[in-house]
Amino acid sequence: MVMRKLQLELPLNQTQKVRFKRAMERLQFLSSTTNNSVIVADSIHEDAFLLKGHGTSEVDGELMATVCGVVTHVDKLVYIRTLRARYKPEVKDIVVGRVIEVSKSCWRLELNSTKDGILKLSSMDNDVQRRKTYVDELNMRNIIVEDDVVCAEVGCIHRDGGLELRATSYKYGKLEKGQHLMVDPYLVKRSNIHFHYIESLGIDLIIGRNGFIWVGEHVQAQDHMILDDEMIKHTSLETRQSILRIGNAIRVLSNLGFTMTLEVIMETFNLSNAENIDVYDMLGSEFHVLVAENELERRIRRA
Amino acid sequence: MEYVNPEGLRLDGRRFNEMRQIVAEVGVVSKADGSAVFEMGNTKVIAAVYGPREIQNKSQQKKNDHAVVLCEYSMAQFSTGDRRRQKFDRRSTELSLVIRQTMEACILTELMPHSQIDIFLQVLQADGGTRSACINAATLALADAGIPMRDLAVSCSAGYLNSTPLLDLNYVEDSAGGADVTVGILPKLDKVTLLQMDAKLPMETFETVFALASEGCKAIAERIREVLQENTKQLEYRRAA
Repeated sequence: MVMRKLQLELPLNQTQKVRFKRAMERLQFLSSTTNNSVIVADSIHEDAFLLKGHGTSEVDGELMATVCGVVTHVDKLVYIRTLRARYKPEVKDIVVGRVIEVSKSCWRLELNSTKDGILKLSSMDNDVQRRKTYVDELNMRNIIVEDDVVCAEVGCIHRDGGLELRATSYKYGKLEKGQHLMVDPYLVKRSNIHFHYIESLGIDLIIGRNGFIWVGEHVQAQDHMILDDEMIKHTSLETRQSILRIGNAIRVLSNLGFTMTLEVIMETFNLSNAENIDVYDMLGSEFHVLVAENELERRIRRA
Repeated sequence: MEYVNPEGLRLDGRRFNEMRQIVAEVGVVSKADGSAVFEMGNTKVIAAVYGPREIQNKSQQKKNDHAVVLCEYSMAQFSTGDRRRQKFDRRSTELSLVIRQTMEACILTELMPHSQIDIFLQVLQADGGTRSACINAATLALADAGIPMRDLAVSCSAGYLNSTPLLDLNYVEDSAGGADVTVGILPKLDKVTLLQMDAKLPMETFETVFALASEGCKAIAERIREVLQENTKQLEYRRAA
């Protein structure tokens, strides 16, 4: 039976097929010891008294799963971590989103969540702290318009799942000169750092917790409301190629369903350079197989 | 016409309690949150689920604290032999409603207030039992989208021809004019969510036909569970935290 990502939707030749299958089987073998995945309506067998968390429900004294995922324990709490699902916001998460609407004193952002994100004008003060006036509201389109990509932090979550965003620092705000990629949110792990500056390439990489990733030219943290001459400067060809290379590395990892971390992305990037693969060949079959094999080696090294 | 020959074989060579071959696959539409293809013999349905997402048409928001489930069923123009003219006829509208109600019964809508879930179903090949195939495809797609559900809703049809109860009717048997009972159940909770019949049957006969259809549902549930288990396992080991 063919399923998502079990087999690539790419034309593989016989050798590649065998190599890919072997890599996948060994990956499965490596993690087979700790596989406690459940699907909808599976019963979760637990002896001790447990607090039931997300993705579980109690029917006739029996604990049942309501989503497909992995059973996770935190002390006495048992919950199910979903794999493929929409982004579930948590306060202080760093997210990347695309503006879908400029409304009165707020922007609405698409975040791949249950609800749209709301970025209020008042929580977007990068210049001098002051009350926003009517004039500021009229000038909202000078700052951010529809289809712009914005990076922000989750400020608070309402009871109905609606989320308010904050961009009260120079590192947040509109993103320009780069590429916006979308992956499944379960592939992004929470970490202390979501902003990465790859110095050797002059590239910024923002791995949003909602599965939206930004790869762009490095910009100095500055006030976005001031347009200086430097902003209009063209991005060099090398930088543009690096952006695309990293972008394609992320696409390949997403196709294969591997977790996104800076380390893995950079390793894939370096692999493509070492193997002398052109940017447009990175989405071909050969590179997918190579990345799968590389991931296997990495996991063996770590184990 | 003879639908069951003296040896007990049907027109396509099955026995009375045999189902057609089932092929299921999840994750076929890359843009959707969840998607699936479900095949029962020559019947083939593709399902795509979007959501839970922000309500697009505010006027649809009736219940405040529940998610809105919307369902759109359509048949591809090429799904049957004869030319089809209208895209949305009365039959599609009725089927959309039936499927929506069945899925709404198993989705935990109260967990996703102020949001909507869209289910799109398209019949690629029609050979009887599209109703059941649609429900099964929708269940797979919803599970793939990570939407919390009470149980997997599964469906199967059964009929009564030549005084024999028959499981999983194909198009020829379906259009024979006999009774066609479509049953949808929640196998784990042992509840019926859908029951439709488009002819008359005596009470005792109905019971046997219904029992046969429920058995079929359980067999389909097994198959669906296998597919989902395999998929979840694969996603998890590839991710490998």
